[in-house]
Amino acid sequence: MKSCKVLMPIGAMGGGINEESFAAGMAMMPDVIAIDAGSTDSGPAYLANGMSKYSRAMLKHDLRISVIGSRKAGIPLLIGTCSSCGTDSTVNLCAAITQEIMKEEGLTGKIAKIYSQQDPEILKKKWDEGKIHALEGAPEITRETFDQCDNIVALAGAEPFIEAIKNGADIVLCGRATDTAIIAALPLMMGCDVAAAWHGAKIAECGSQCTDGAGGDGVFLVVDETGFYVKPLQTNVHCTPYTVSAHLIYENVDPFRLTEPSGSILPKDAVYTQVDESTVYVTGTKFEHAKQYTMKLEGARSVGYQNISLVGIADRQVMADPETWIKNISEYAVALITKSGYSSDEYSFNFKAYGYNAVIAGPVSEGTPAPREIGMLLTITANTQETATQIAKLFNPLLLHFPIDFTKQLPSFAFPFSPVDCPRGKTYEFMLYHVVDVDDPLELVRFEYFQI
Amino acid sequence: MSTVKDIARYVRSKNAGPFWVTIEIFCETQEAYEKIKNSPNITPKKVADLYEADENKIKVFYIDNLLIIKFSFPRPNPQGHKYENDMHAGQQYIFLADAEV
Repeated sequence: MKSCKVLMPIGAMGGGINEESFAAGMAMMPDVIAIDAGSTDSGPAYLANGMSKYSRAMLKHDLRISVIGSRKAGIPLLIGTCSSCGTDSTVNLCAAITQEIMKEEGLTGKIAKIYSQQDPEILKKKWDEGKIHALEGAPEITRETFDQCDNIVALAGAEPFIEAIKNGADIVLCGRATDTAIIAALPLMMGCDVAAAWHGAKIAECGSQCTDGAGGDGVFLVVDETGFYVKPLQTNVHCTPYTVSAHLIYENVDPFRLTEPSGSILPKDAVYTQVDESTVYVTGTKFEHAKQYTMKLEGARSVGYQNISLVGIADRQVMADPETWIKNISEYAVALITKSGYSSDEYSFNFKAYGYNAVIAGPVSEGTPAPREIGMLLTITANTQETATQIAKLFNPLLLHFPIDFTKQLPSFAFPFSPVDCPRGKTYEFMLYHVVDVDDPLELVRFEYFQI
Repeated sequence: MSTVKDIARYVRSKNAGPFWVTIEIFCETQEAYEKIKNSPNITPKKVADLYEADENKIKVFYIDNLLIIKFSFPRPNPQGHKYENDMHAGQQYIFLADAEV
């Protein structure tokens, strides 16, 4: 019976691979090491700037362990969505680090770089051909949106990884890919059950999240012709039918239909069986092949410049009704800003009262005790950094002294910093929640190989 | 009256991509699960009110075998918009956790 063993040493590369767990995984003789390095979780700035959310030192730590493990065992290492966002720049960053490590360790091998960042011109052509479709909940876009984005990536499926392995790559560094494609690639290539490969990949993509452990560690996956086994790498941690099946609902809209470029995972009828103390075997999943192969697009653009200022307030009068203070200072500031020659379309601002209702926005329910103090965060957004800074300066004396009662002596609130405000640079927003039809799974990805 | 957090084992929220948020209620017992599932107050309409979302766009999943209730809906503002208050939407479960069953 065909089977494929996949080591997933961590849920996200750059988080710090546990060497003991990695060694335990390697002792089970995997056919491949697969690591997901991507996420949109930390927001649009990473994609817009093509930057990594993890430190270079920790990326190198995790890459060193994985590269040495892969080269010593002679098995492929597949990394998807290189360092957070999967732009060409992050693929190049991971390639540079990998090259350093291989030279330092005296290792050799063939490295594939797979780029999935998109050229706006190609996407505009796809748009004109009616081949770009909005997903449910997508923002309204136009043809111009593709030019407005700082960076756009398309999520690769399993096929580009398979192509690179077939071309003899020992290490594959891919741009944006679906989390599952990285893990499912070799099991699919080896002819294992398609539904089990995808479902198993979905379970393993966050590492030990599918166990009863604390998370942050890895799992071992074995896909065969009827199902998949999943187990943790750590001792005293377990996979159970509950932990494995419950992981399927994590971070998705619909847990009964999980869409991949080539089709959808339908896990509703899956059967989860405990086969030993820490291993679960899963069968019965279905996979519906899509009539049209699609790649999901992610894009981010800048929408202005920000300046922030934080002031601490413990004044009892303000504490009694922070909303009124925010309303009054806002009105006063708008008058001052207008008088200074700025029009309302040049800027906007927002107060967040930390300790009151900054995180859980909206009115505070009646009977809630007044807070002891509030961290009042002012965020200003403007067309230029200079305008944002000038408006922050107009706010500064108000943030220091703005009273509840103008007939009394002015209070002085508590700034932690000098200067009291801080230019934050550009702010960004996600623009795309769309898919693009492709004629071939490799149509919108580009390959480069190099030998070390 | 009891709230969702009094009855459930665990309530959590998280982004499901930059444009959606998903909230899950995990129950320990069948009784707790049925109580929340059948509550006239824990409905898509209630979730729409709590989160200023469009009721018609709220998806609800009752996962009977796992005793989990899951609500997914488009974020009122996409993740990371200029005045974002919760980048991962990880604290937004509180509204539903505090809702009366």
